[in-house]
Amino acid sequence: MKRDESAAETAYVTRGEGKVVAAVAVGGGMGAVARYAVSLWWPTAPGGFPWTTLVVNVAGCAAIGVLMVLVTEVRPTHPLVRPFLGTGFLGGFTTFSTYAVDIERLVREGHARTGLAYLALTLIAALAAAWGAMWATRRAAVSVSTGWRA
Amino acid sequence: MNWLLVIVGGMIGAPLRHLTDAALRKRYGTGFPWGILAVNVAGSLILGVLTGAVVAGAASSHVQLFLGTGLCGALTTYSTFSYETLRLAENGSRCHAAANALGSVAAGLGAAFAGMAAAEALWG
Repeated sequence: MKRDESAAETAYVTRGEGKVVAAVAVGGGMGAVARYAVSLWWPTAPGGFPWTTLVVNVAGCAAIGVLMVLVTEVRPTHPLVRPFLGTGFLGGFTTFSTYAVDIERLVREGHARTGLAYLALTLIAALAAAWGAMWATRRAAVSVSTGWRA
Repeated sequence: MNWLLVIVGGMIGAPLRHLTDAALRKRYGTGFPWGILAVNVAGSLILGVLTGAVVAGAASSHVQLFLGTGLCGALTTYSTFSYETLRLAENGSRCHAAANALGSVAAGLGAAFAGMAAAEALWG
């Protein structure tokens, strides 16, 4: 039973894989350019606290919390919604490499404390944002569905 | 030109992350997000080397926008990393969630430092 299911899933994945990769690519390009636009509009001062990257990452984590609850728990959506918006756009919008290199640069330039604060604050705020967004979306979904029943 | 470099870099980086994640899921299962860990560490290493190259004058700002802002930015992700960490805490175990969070940050940071040191050795 389990093997049949996974075989069916594999066949489905192979058939749709081209479209999925294309959706991820388009979403990724848009997410990356949106992050670039935010960095031009709100540049980080040399040696300063990287607020821009922090806000981009935390906002992206809140958005993925909403999206994942909607597409996996609330209602079935088009199979390309998650690859385009989640893996593509939000994956391209948020970044881990800039976060790591920002910390390295702060430490190298003698701002180890700022680097450490940035390290911890991003991690805590990102997890809290994703968790809070999932919690709020589940709550909203429950109240909407009970509203429908009533 | 700058915008185009970032878009094209992002259009390469994001599917590269997706395909790496899919390949590692197929091999190691879905219990632990090895794919996201791998791309985050690899991207941090590449961006470390690139940043070092830019500091040393060995790479232009166009290369930085294409490979750094575009490709590495889209290859690595904080949103999926956070989501997978919470998914582990909800369905898997809190130990795995903590290991993913702390391991990713430690390995990513180590990769960024190593990349920067490699760039200094090459072009410094």
